[in-house]
Amino acid sequence: MSILVVAEHDNSSLKADTFKTVAAAQAIGGDIHILVAGSNCQEVAQQAAKVNGVSKILVADNAAYEHQLAENVSLLVTELAVDYDHILATALTTGKNFMPRVAALLDVTQISDIIGVESADTFIRPIYAGNAIATVQSLDNKKVITVRTTGFDAVASDGNAEVVAIDSVTDAGNSSHVSDELTVSERPELGAASIIISGGRGMQNGDNFKLLEGIADKLGAAIGASRAAVDAGFVPNDMQVGQTGKIVAPDLYIAVGISGAIQHLAGMKDSKVIVAINKDPEAPIFQVADYGIVADLFDALPELESKL
Amino acid sequence: MKVLVPIKRVIDFNVKVRVKPDNSNVDLANVKMAINPFCEIAVEEAIRLKEAGVATEVIAVSIGTKACQEQLRTALALGADRAIHIETDLELDSINIAKLLQKVVEEEQPQLVILGKQAIDSDNNQTGQMLAALTNMPQGTFASIVKVDGDKVNVTREVDGGLQTVALTLPAIVTTDLRLNEPRYASLPNIMKAKRKPLDVKPADDFGIDLTPRTKLLKVTPPADRQAGIIVESIDELVEKLKNEAKVIS
Repeated sequence: MSILVVAEHDNSSLKADTFKTVAAAQAIGGDIHILVAGSNCQEVAQQAAKVNGVSKILVADNAAYEHQLAENVSLLVTELAVDYDHILATALTTGKNFMPRVAALLDVTQISDIIGVESADTFIRPIYAGNAIATVQSLDNKKVITVRTTGFDAVASDGNAEVVAIDSVTDAGNSSHVSDELTVSERPELGAASIIISGGRGMQNGDNFKLLEGIADKLGAAIGASRAAVDAGFVPNDMQVGQTGKIVAPDLYIAVGISGAIQHLAGMKDSKVIVAINKDPEAPIFQVADYGIVADLFDALPELESKL
Repeated sequence: MKVLVPIKRVIDFNVKVRVKPDNSNVDLANVKMAINPFCEIAVEEAIRLKEAGVATEVIAVSIGTKACQEQLRTALALGADRAIHIETDLELDSINIAKLLQKVVEEEQPQLVILGKQAIDSDNNQTGQMLAALTNMPQGTFASIVKVDGDKVNVTREVDGGLQTVALTLPAIVTTDLRLNEPRYASLPNIMKAKRKPLDVKPADDFGIDLTPRTKLLKVTPPADRQAGIIVESIDELVEKLKNEAKVIS
């Protein structure tokens, strides 16, 4: 069997997530190649050549791939797919963007966001925002798969693969890149943070979210919110953790003034350690928390900040 | 210009899903169903384009059992002009949904198709992209801003680490992210009016597409249970536990 893994990168460095996607490829088993599609991305190719257990790196270095436009990258991957049984990409925004196009062009359905491999055609994936875990068998001849990296441990960087240039250029010509506006924040992103502190309706207003900032700064944490806090207009929607917001699994999640509605729990219950601060001892959040403290958050937060 | 909005009937986001005791699937008997939240944002965006004079007609389409006409009526009450129900009792894979939608696109010739980025039941995040590939249209996925400008649409996308703006030649596909808009509520008069708006029903079998399943659901299990922990008495105790027991802070 042969497997193509599409690398996740920014034209200068290979993202650590690709090492996890390769781990999923190894779990499937077979001859593994990595495709680096980008522009001026030779450095990425050299890094990819060191990924453990990979025999060949295909490099498509062309301006058409600079911004990973789905229209162009999907045509390239589809063309290369002839030689592979499995095509894998990381389930981040780039892979989620172009991979379903590849699946459609190959006339297969995609198996999205896998967290486990049972066999070469059977995979484990969360559904209903992780409230149920499905074991799914793909009946298609080729498997197009995106990999959720929280499900796999990164492979080592001790390989020595052959690097081969791909000359073919696929430019669909119907889309172009305009601009990037990357968030510049002292704090980590919700998706990447190892500690998150979130506020709920109990925060009472947007100003009170400042109480979380001091703690977040001391812990290097990201700040999130429940849907109730977003709907009440306290904070913007991009801070929302939950089934309709961001799904997170940090090492430490601190829920402040959050009752623990199902839709919020769906977005954070895979966190390693959960702390709940709430004045209502009956709040459902305490049923999932490792450590709970029944207290008024307006007393507890300043004290917590002073003791960190 | 015409805007097509495919929508999906799913479990209401406030309902806790339960796995059936025989692990065959989740139990959807007698649970509240609703329009998928991301699809609702798609409907809202289409209606706003119409209110802004950009769109001339908004068509909602849904694929599924007769019950999904309920969600189509909701879309009509929110402001869609007419609806198409592609009726089937089968659980279709995304590729087959996309193929059916491709037929609708060929017939209706919309300039813009707006879909939710994913459904909160299957969490696949693929139908919009698949439809874009099948119709050879460019795509703006995970959109937080959509601006139609002549024969182009500029879409600002929520990507890892920030925002990316792309320019797409129309006709194009857009999939919605949460920040795109806040959907309105349907007013009672509009709910009444929606009952008289046109809703065409077409059997999925009439489209001449092979709808053979591409996946087999072998098992559905509940996620590993989380045990409730302990209630600590003071912030001092909390900090001590986090440092020395959980070892998540230093």
